[in-house]
Amino acid sequence: MYKHILLAVDGSENAVRAAKEAVKIASEDSLIEMVFVADFEKAKTDVLHAASSESLLLERKRKVTRVEEVLRKAGKQFKLTILHGTPGPEIVKYANEKQVDLVVIGSRGLNGLQEMVLGSVSHKVMKRVHCPALIVK
Amino acid sequence: MQSLKQQWFGNIRGDILSGIVVALALIPEAIAFSIIAGVDPMIGLYASFSIAVIIAFVGGRPGMISAATGAMALVIVDLVADHGLQYLLAATILTGIIQVVFGIFGIAKLMRFIPNSVMIGFVNALAILIFMAQVPHFLGEGTLTYIFIAVTLLIVYVVPRFFKAIPAPLIAIVLLTAVTFLFNIELKTIGDLGSITQSLPSFLIPDVPFNFETLSIIFPYAVALALVGLMESLMTAQIVDDMTDTKSDKNQEARGQGIANFVNGFFGGMAGCAMIGQSIINVKSGGRGRLSTLVAGLFLMFLILVLGNVVVDIPMPVLVGIMIMVSIGTFDWGSFKYVVKAPKTDAIVMLATVAVVVYTNNLAIGVVLGVILSALFFVASISKVRIHQNHGVFIVEGPLFFASTQNFMQTIEEAETDSITIDLSSSHLWDESAVGAVVKVVTKLEEQGKTVKVIGMNPASEKLYKQLLGVSVSH
Repeated sequence: MYKHILLAVDGSENAVRAAKEAVKIASEDSLIEMVFVADFEKAKTDVLHAASSESLLLERKRKVTRVEEVLRKAGKQFKLTILHGTPGPEIVKYANEKQVDLVVIGSRGLNGLQEMVLGSVSHKVMKRVHCPALIVK
Repeated sequence: MQSLKQQWFGNIRGDILSGIVVALALIPEAIAFSIIAGVDPMIGLYASFSIAVIIAFVGGRPGMISAATGAMALVIVDLVADHGLQYLLAATILTGIIQVVFGIFGIAKLMRFIPNSVMIGFVNALAILIFMAQVPHFLGEGTLTYIFIAVTLLIVYVVPRFFKAIPAPLIAIVLLTAVTFLFNIELKTIGDLGSITQSLPSFLIPDVPFNFETLSIIFPYAVALALVGLMESLMTAQIVDDMTDTKSDKNQEARGQGIANFVNGFFGGMAGCAMIGQSIINVKSGGRGRLSTLVAGLFLMFLILVLGNVVVDIPMPVLVGIMIMVSIGTFDWGSFKYVVKAPKTDAIVMLATVAVVVYTNNLAIGVVLGVILSALFFVASISKVRIHQNHGVFIVEGPLFFASTQNFMQTIEEAETDSITIDLSSSHLWDESAVGAVVKVVTKLEEQGKTVKVIGMNPASEKLYKQLLGVSVSH
């Protein structure tokens, strides 16, 4: 049984799909920890466009409401953790530090060229975490 | 907040490494910003060294990088052109004093009055001015100049994808300077712009007459520098706060910026402030503590001493390319979406801030006008009171104050029923105008022989009402 499941969320449709799979795997006493990484690359824009740090926090929480909805409806235990850094490495670091039992992450479904330029976050995460990982297409 | 020991030695390895990266990244920018300001590149490099070192000790935001910046350089262009370096140094010292005073009086609170529309306008205007400052260096300078700019841009954007250890702008400078030597390419260099002196910064009192005339020359610049510097510094502090998920003391940072500029002016440096780009580089490279800023400053001095002779040979097109990159990085590319999606008044404030800065060439004027404009829009938006009438009962929705009383009085005076009730339970009386308006309306209607009742005043409004009417407040 997976006791502690890390669900990577980023406000996209992929995260919602990943949440639906996480729900299937999670049992009654599993904790699904949604991890949202506030990307360093976006820090300047985020701060500039937010009225205050409080409204920025709200803005980020809004990004995960749809995922939260999925988890709440399924009646799972969950919590949200916001990290700051570069999404891929930050998720890996956190997952390994907390020794989670499973990482669930959505794949953006990039084509060959996009993947070459942007790099696949889910792929990198899967390669580097010390626990099983589920990539949701 | 972390303990001082934590702020200094909580992250030694990360801080030393990131400090070195920042020093390498600072060199091209410090040189280029000096050129924008019209001073010897050494002035910007010294300033960067001394500001970084001092702010490491007295700043309020550990891990933030302060040095000579484009925003400050743009403010002092005219001062340098009209009055020369000594006046710039005097202005820098005065800027420091003003910033310390602002810090003591708690400027950080005031910064919350600057809406993000003005902040976005500020960075966009800054980006545009930095770009415009480059135009004279490439327009009509020949094909070779364009080729070098293009190659520089190629290096700074492509190399980081594969190699991140050394900042790409520095790679571009070293590589392309070497190329001009190897192939004997004739290009305008930094040395062609003026003399370069390479000596350690030393204490000196600016060589200006100490009289009222001098003060009247430097004071406007010092005020503008103090405002622009604090604005960019506190904005950068917010970004570093967010990235590191920690808090910082903004008023201490303001005082720190002041102390840094004050001392820096005596050592022959130009005024500076925190740098958004460099601070992001620092945090990304693992810098978190004060040590990173100190190392950046010290390592920069080491590089100045080692590379000082080479600075004159850097081709101008390479610097221009790097500044174009800085300009692109400074611009807020989310602005286009912002103009469409944000409330219309916010978009107007943002665009007005940009327009005023570009027109006046003065960042401070743009910011001040932007703040005033947004304040006016704010007053206008909350001064709309809605009044619903229902059989002689007027329900007032919205705050009553000097800007909204007009509308309130007009609507109610037109009442036609004989008995009138003014329901203020969804309103609030803010000032003398509001109380005056209520009294005036009531009097006027009663003169017409109507009966008027005012109900639903909340306790604070009632207290003000009685106070202003001279009725003793019993509770």
